[in-house]
Order: sequence, then structure tokens, then C-alpha cells
Amino acid sequence: MPKTTPLNAVHRALGARMVDFGGWDMPVSYGSQIDEHHAVRRDAGMFDVSHMRVVDVCGDGARAFLRYALANNVDKLKTPGKALYGCLLNPDGGVRDDLIVYFLREDFFRLVVNAATADDDVAWLARLRAAHAPAVTLVPRPDLAIIAVQGPSARAKAWQALPAIAAPTAALAPFNGVVVPDDGGEIFVARTGYTGEDGFELVVPATRAVAVWQALAAAGVRPCGLGARDTLRLEAGMNLYGQDMDEAVSPLESALAWTVDLASPRDFVGKDALVASPPTRQLVGLLLEGAGGVLRAHQKVHTVEGDGEVTSGSYSPTLATSIALARVPAAVRAGALVHVDVRDKRLAARVIKPPFVRNGKPLV
Amino acid sequence: MNVPPDLKYTDSHEWVRAEADGTVTIGITDHAQAQLGDLVFVELPVVGRTLAAGEACGVVESVKAASDVYAPIAGEVTGGNDAVVGAPEQVNADAYASWLWKMKPADAAALAGLMDAAAYTKTIADA
Repeated sequence: MPKTTPLNAVHRALGARMVDFGGWDMPVSYGSQIDEHHAVRRDAGMFDVSHMRVVDVCGDGARAFLRYALANNVDKLKTPGKALYGCLLNPDGGVRDDLIVYFLREDFFRLVVNAATADDDVAWLARLRAAHAPAVTLVPRPDLAIIAVQGPSARAKAWQALPAIAAPTAALAPFNGVVVPDDGGEIFVARTGYTGEDGFELVVPATRAVAVWQALAAAGVRPCGLGARDTLRLEAGMNLYGQDMDEAVSPLESALAWTVDLASPRDFVGKDALVASPPTRQLVGLLLEGAGGVLRAHQKVHTVEGDGEVTSGSYSPTLATSIALARVPAAVRAGALVHVDVRDKRLAARVIKPPFVRNGKPLV
Repeated sequence: MNVPPDLKYTDSHEWVRAEADGTVTIGITDHAQAQLGDLVFVELPVVGRTLAAGEACGVVESVKAASDVYAPIAGEVTGGNDAVVGAPEQVNADAYASWLWKMKPADAAALAGLMDAAAYTKTIADA
């Protein structure tokens, strides 16, 4: 029996095509996923991402605990509201999850983790907490729903739909979040997203999710499903946990070195393993040359420097061709021509440094 | 679900129309395009190729997945719809107007062995 979010009946009433996503009954699209993709790049779309998990880290020593538990350094978060993207690593350097951490108060940090890994992440953090920071409490928040509103018109339409958040978030900078008190419970507004567009991720009590969704719809925000979410994040060069990286690979081989702070002297879980093993592979972008098919996960990649594998591939509606992320030998250079086994053919593709699209415009 | 009564159908979701000149026109059904989602790539059999009944002879690929298309009956390929190759989304917009390829049947009587609209409607309802 798959799990459902508070918006499940709304998706079904809209005629969404539903799929089991990591044990959750989620909408893939409400019609044309390509149209949904364009709506986010050109206007405003919204995604029910309530299957993801908010985990609050509270109490004395919260910062020190996260400084040890996370591969990115929370000491970069000096102003309340600032957020950081990074990885949760195993001691061997493998990636357990990627997440965003928001600094709200010295005794209150908020994590948002992936749906499929949420339970494991909480168990892992609990073990670290017991051993290293017993004064810290971990508070998983399955009582919260999350709606991501994304696109050039997203913030304006969110303010129109939810007037109470307008003044408190008018000056909210990118990659920051703020709690807005409201009757019916608080709304946490984060200027973050997984599409490469501006927008807000709205964290609301589950009991308010339907009302917030309907208000956004009335303001002209288009419902968008997981199909569009995947093509948007791929164009934006954003990794998908479980495909582009997992416990078997290091962040250094996943284009995530920028999220790992190895420069400071602090110790963190996985540091020794990363320092001891220089990467022999890298994650790159691929842009299909010509027509011929669609690049997809697990397709073999042939390069002058040796073979690799596509980790994520799809069609890019903005570029009107296929794009991918692929793990290839570290010596492969941007601009190189490689060949990918697509069904029964070898198709040519160009190595690109992601992202493929920025501010709605192609970069390739 | 749209199943025009004047066409024939296969259980691999192709539709077939018999033309006055003895050729047949083939495409994929509305049910098939709805299952696949937004099409982004179409590969058609080359003109002149001889196909056996049931032979995989082309590909329709959506954002989600690639799907083979099959020759409904034996025959020789006489034409392909280049417009659809350039704009695969036309198949989603109208699966019956957006034909894929044409064939000269090896045996005209083979058409009678295909499903009619009522039988095809039943197979997709039972699926």
C-alpha cells in the first residue's frame, strides 16, 4: 500500500497520471509533462514534494553536531535564515543522501532530506547524536507538507495567493528561509528549489496543504508532476540521489566537490576517506549531437580515455534534444566527443560542464 | 478513449487503414500515445524494406520510455511520414491523423485477421 501525501486526492481529481515513487503514490504529470516543464521556465509551476522529509535539529550543540555530521560546513551559515546544500556521508566517503540545511537559531537548524532515504537518514543521525551530541534532539516532521512553487512569476503569484507571507519574504534572499507565523500554524518559506528557476518552497502544516495548493492554483500557478521535475533539474545540472550518486560513490566523483568543505580543519564523517582517495572518475554533462534517441541511465559511454556510464538522461524541452549526466574517467575533458550505446546504435554526444540551462536560457 | 470504427487494430496498439489503392496506412492508437506520454523521437522503417507480420520495424520514444512499433501484416514499406519525424508531438495531439508509415500488403486478405474497433476497445478496457 503506497504512502500518500495530503494532496493525493487533489492530484487524482485533476486527472494526474500517478506512479509509485519510492513507496509514495505521486503524480508524474497532469497532461503533458513537456508543457508543465515550459510553464516553470516561462511562468510558474508547483510541485507537491510532501514525500520529502523535514527534520529539525534542536538544542544545545546543534551547530557542532551538524558540523561533524555533514560534509558541507554549517559554519558558513552565520546569519539566521541562510541555507546550505550538501551531502550526508558514510565513514567510507560514500553518499547517504543530499540535503539542504537551514540555520534558523543556534539551537534550531532545519534539514530537508529525500523521501526514499528519510527513515535511514533519521536513524543514521540518531546514532551519531547518541555517540557525539546527546544534548541535541532530532525532530522528524511528517506533520508538514511541502509545495515547491517555481518559475519567474513564482514568488509574485505566491504572494498573491498567500498575502500573509508577502511582507516577511519580500526581501528574502536566494538560499534563505524564514518562518512566517500565521493563524492555522506557521508557514516556513524558503527561497530554494530543484528547477534552476527562482521561487519558494513552502513548508506548511499538512492540514493546510490543500487550501494553500488551491490558493496557488487560483493565482495561476500550474500543477506540475515528477516528470517535469526531472527534466527541469537535469537541465539545471542538479543531481538526483539514487541515480547520480549513492553509497557506492564519493561526492568527489559526483560533481559535488564544491559541496564538501575539505579546507577547514574540522573533522566530519567521511573526511578521512575522501582525503585518502583522489577520485579517478568524474560526473559530466552530455549533450546529444543530432537526433537518434534519448540518453538514459545505465547506457554505456565510450570515450578516448575509457568507458563510463550515463547516470541520468532524458529529453530537454528547453534545448529540444537529449541531455544526460554521466560518470566517466577523470581525464575526459569538457568539449570532447564521446559515443553512447542507445538501444542498438552508438550515438555521438558532446561533454558539457553543467548546467545546460540558466534563467530559462540555453547555455549550450 | 478514441477508437475510430473504420480502422483495424493490433494488440501492440497499431491502427491500420486500408486505402483505395490497395496500400495500408499505419499509426499508433490514442491509447498508445496516452500511455507513452509526450513523444520526442520517432524512427520509421525505410522505404522499400520488406516486413514480416509482427516484425519490429520502428521506434516511438517518449520522455519516459522507448517503444517498438510492429508491422501489423507482411508487406513492403512504400512511404514514411517525415512530418512526424520532425515533430513527434503531433502523434500525441492526434494519433489517427499522424500516420507513421504506409505499406503494400503481401496479401490483402491478411487485414481480415486484425482486430476491429470493438475487439480493440475490449482489449484496452480489460488491460
